Amino acid sequence: MQCNSVATMLGAYLDGELLPDQTAVIQEHLGGCIQCSSEIAEMARLQRSLRSARGHFAPSAEFRRKVQKQMSSPKRRSWLIWSMPVGVAFATILLTALVWTGHARRSAAFAELADLHVNALSSTNLVDVVSTDRHTVKPWFQGKIPFSFNLPEFSGTDYTLVGGRMVYFHQQPGAQLIVSMHQHKISVLIFQRSVDLGRAFSEPAGVDRGTSFGIEGWQSQQLRFVIVSDADPAGIDNLARLLKLANE
Amino acid sequence: MDPEFFEMLAMPLFDQLYNLAHWLTGDRTDAEDLVQETYAKALKGFKSFEEGTNMRAWMFKILRNTFMTSRTGLKVQNTVPMEDEFDRVDLATHNITPESLLLQLENSQSVMNALSELPVPYREMILLSDMEELSYKEIAEVLAVPIGTVMSRLSRGRKMLRQALLADSSGRSTHAV
Repeated sequence: MQCNSVATMLGAYLDGELLPDQTAVIQEHLGGCIQCSSEIAEMARLQRSLRSARGHFAPSAEFRRKVQKQMSSPKRRSWLIWSMPVGVAFATILLTALVWTGHARRSAAFAELADLHVNALSSTNLVDVVSTDRHTVKPWFQGKIPFSFNLPEFSGTDYTLVGGRMVYFHQQPGAQLIVSMHQHKISVLIFQRSVDLGRAFSEPAGVDRGTSFGIEGWQSQQLRFVIVSDADPAGIDNLARLLKLANE
Repeated sequence: MDPEFFEMLAMPLFDQLYNLAHWLTGDRTDAEDLVQETYAKALKGFKSFEEGTNMRAWMFKILRNTFMTSRTGLKVQNTVPMEDEFDRVDLATHNITPESLLLQLENSQSVMNALSELPVPYREMILLSDMEELSYKEIAEVLAVPIGTVMSRLSRGRKMLRQALLADSSGRSTHAV
């Protein structure tokens, strides 16, 4: 056997990556070839020396702390979820206080929509139908609301469907879907077109400075949609886009 | 996705990832940026990590892809011609290994210096194989190349390394004389 034909296989032999019959071929060749056996001995020495590349560079303690902190900040947020009742109660008090201090410029409709969101979050049962499956959530509303709507596919997006509940706004029934994005909860409120959503609808997107809740509303055929959340505006916007596509 | 679970799996790899990043970038600040970005991306994409698969190889892959899209990585891609065809340098060029080369092969400082001089496509092969002891299959997965490419590039990388050490050793002996 030619040395050149085994040359590329020597490394694989050293690494134990050859099939048994290939290994046998190489071993037989090495037994009779001084060049290749000297070659493999060199390779083995080099490989042994290369092990010291491991741990050659060590991260500073300061840098480790920095990354550790970066890792654990989402953990603190998840801790907030566990303390949700306290947090939500506090948020509700804050929201109530803000409503109380009277921002005349904010319409009552917006406050009510935000209240629907906060009410759901502070409720002991966040949703009446618990399911991440849109094919379970949508039929649940059948017979409960006088209209139907479409839900987009959330898998593969940042959003997860948590479930749905019924709500009333100005004595009109509507659907409230709870969608989570990372640790944020988002309310999607769906009403019939005839329902007057006031300013919440006249200003399609924005953040209410008083409460910091983001809100986005739009109309699709006979339905009116409003999204309320503390999530970032881009997050709200993307969800709105998904819903618009599903209800075109 | 559970960040605590992620932290539990990913933080033990911190030293290894940093070491690999430093070997790739050759610079502390760049290595820190690379590791930090790797952890951020991995946490974000942790959903796609399949439990039971190799977390280490998965993190290496993210780190390596992040490196390749970094400023240094792009420069590497642009300047180093990728030769996946193993050039058949005649192995029988030296029958007897010079004593000086044997010494160099065992001198880890010389080996480390030669390794850091190696072009990235070969350096990363040797780092993943000889340093991290990943299997060819795992390396192929991390680098997204066929196993045949792993074999030929690794073989060429090791040869280049030995040639560098040989040049180094003969340079030294001349110098000593």
